[in-house]
Amino acid sequence: MDILVCIKRVPVTGAKVTLTADEQAIDAGYLSFAPGPHEECAIEEAVQIAKKHGGRSTALTLGPDTAVEQLRYAASMGVDDLILLETDEEFPPMPTARAITAAIQAQERPFDVLLFGNESADAGGYQVGIRVAHALGMPVVTGVKKLEFADGADGGTTVATAHRQTPDGWELYEVPLPAVFTIKEGINVPRYPSIPGKLKAKKKPIQRITPEMGAVGLEKVRLVVPEAEASDVNILGHGAAAAPQVVELLAELGLV
Amino acid sequence: MTILTLIEHEQGIIDPQTLSMLTAARGLAQEQDLPLHAVLIGANVSGLAAELGEYGVTAVHMIEQDALADFAPNAWAACVVEVMGAEKPTAVIGAGTERSNEVMAHVGARTDLPFAANCLTIQPEDDAWFVKRVRWGGTLHEEARLYGDPKLLTIAALGIEPEPSSSGAPEIISVTPNLSDADLLVRVVSRIEPERKGISLTDAPVVVSGGRGVGSAEGFVILEELAGLLEGAVGCSRVVTNNGWRPHAEQIGQTGTRVAPELYIACGISGASQHMSGCSGAKHILTINSDSEAAILAKSDTAVIGDLHEIIPAVIAEIRKKTA
Repeated sequence: MDILVCIKRVPVTGAKVTLTADEQAIDAGYLSFAPGPHEECAIEEAVQIAKKHGGRSTALTLGPDTAVEQLRYAASMGVDDLILLETDEEFPPMPTARAITAAIQAQERPFDVLLFGNESADAGGYQVGIRVAHALGMPVVTGVKKLEFADGADGGTTVATAHRQTPDGWELYEVPLPAVFTIKEGINVPRYPSIPGKLKAKKKPIQRITPEMGAVGLEKVRLVVPEAEASDVNILGHGAAAAPQVVELLAELGLV
Repeated sequence: MTILTLIEHEQGIIDPQTLSMLTAARGLAQEQDLPLHAVLIGANVSGLAAELGEYGVTAVHMIEQDALADFAPNAWAACVVEVMGAEKPTAVIGAGTERSNEVMAHVGARTDLPFAANCLTIQPEDDAWFVKRVRWGGTLHEEARLYGDPKLLTIAALGIEPEPSSSGAPEIISVTPNLSDADLLVRVVSRIEPERKGISLTDAPVVVSGGRGVGSAEGFVILEELAGLLEGAVGCSRVVTNNGWRPHAEQIGQTGTRVAPELYIACGISGASQHMSGCSGAKHILTINSDSEAAILAKSDTAVIGDLHEIIPAVIAEIRKKTA
């Protein structure tokens, strides 16, 4: 079973976010970068599926040359092959989906399972995986937090059962492979890369492709930091001695 | 020319965020002097049409088929595309929920049209529409131009109070799209009830949430006790799930669950923006934290400074004393 996992390089932000002077990006001067949380879980899932069912795992990202760092991170977690769609431009969802689709079609071996994050941590477009699925004529299940595979009868098509969490429990979907799944954090606990894994990852060859932007569809004008609401926190007290004030607040809110 | 809206429902109830979306979409339709239409999809949904009328919908395009008894995102998109072909709407709008974002992305893929998820403001202009949308789970906003005809978008509906208007009963237009096996391939085939019954995180009026400061899985015992006393639910931050102290289902934040309770009690949580985007809908945030400089204080209504392991038991004792 061959698996592709698509990831995105995003800055690791904390409590405060500042923008670059042109308002086009987060000022990442002092920040490190990582794959988004959903995608880190998708990498782990890809490695586990390839190990359990046999086959190769491939990580793909679209981004600048520095995004090699995220591909190497995926390799250090156990991914076999790496593809960089190299561009310094920020691709909106439609061009991203077209570029990924073209790259998949250009590969010699077809993939059985395509994994994406449910939504990117930064842009939150909720659509690239779905667009790629349509372009390739594959079914897609989104928001997956558990994924299992069963071989079809008489060596027929493998069927995947994907679990999606709702406020009331779980929804189950069954789809034949090849298929696309968008993964949510919580499906697994991603491993920390081992030292030998990191050393091996450094030497992995990277397939580089230059993607075409084409029509943008959704064009970013600028980013805005929302105005913070005025900080007027009312300090009820310090330590256990503040318990009566807390209960008074609970009473005011009608909770006790 | 219409504004076409996507109606999300579950077990005979229209999703509250759909009602919020309708409230915003109605304002847009009035501004543009366009009628507000809706697409209603399911197996037995005609009873919901009247309520849509109360929210200003003048015509409901109704697709009722047994095969649509449970959610099937791609088939829903096929239904929306069918109505788009007949109605030639100016825009197709859903709520910024998991399901509606999913269906609208399918619509975008099927029609090769751009789609803007989770819009906060919408300014129609001649060609491209100017939208402000949510990025980074709300930590940042993006101003963008949305091209395509019709415009496909969802509205970040969590903060919008649903307001009925006084329209009459909507016209019902039956639509019978030919759904293929491929359209219906991805659908809910079965469900699993949650292992632990009890108040769900999204419905709980009080969420007692713990972060790194709780220190261990055992540390959550007092948070559970407090939540129990207040008929609330326990939540946690990402650090906690990463450490394996609590299940991911309880994680509040950008990659977890979003909650909007009456009271959010944040215990030992520093207040990273990814966490705050999951609880900023709370009516009141009470922080218990040993660090008087923690970022979360700026987002809190009230706070107690000190060790949560001493404060929470004292609060529990005080509640028991009061209610004894």
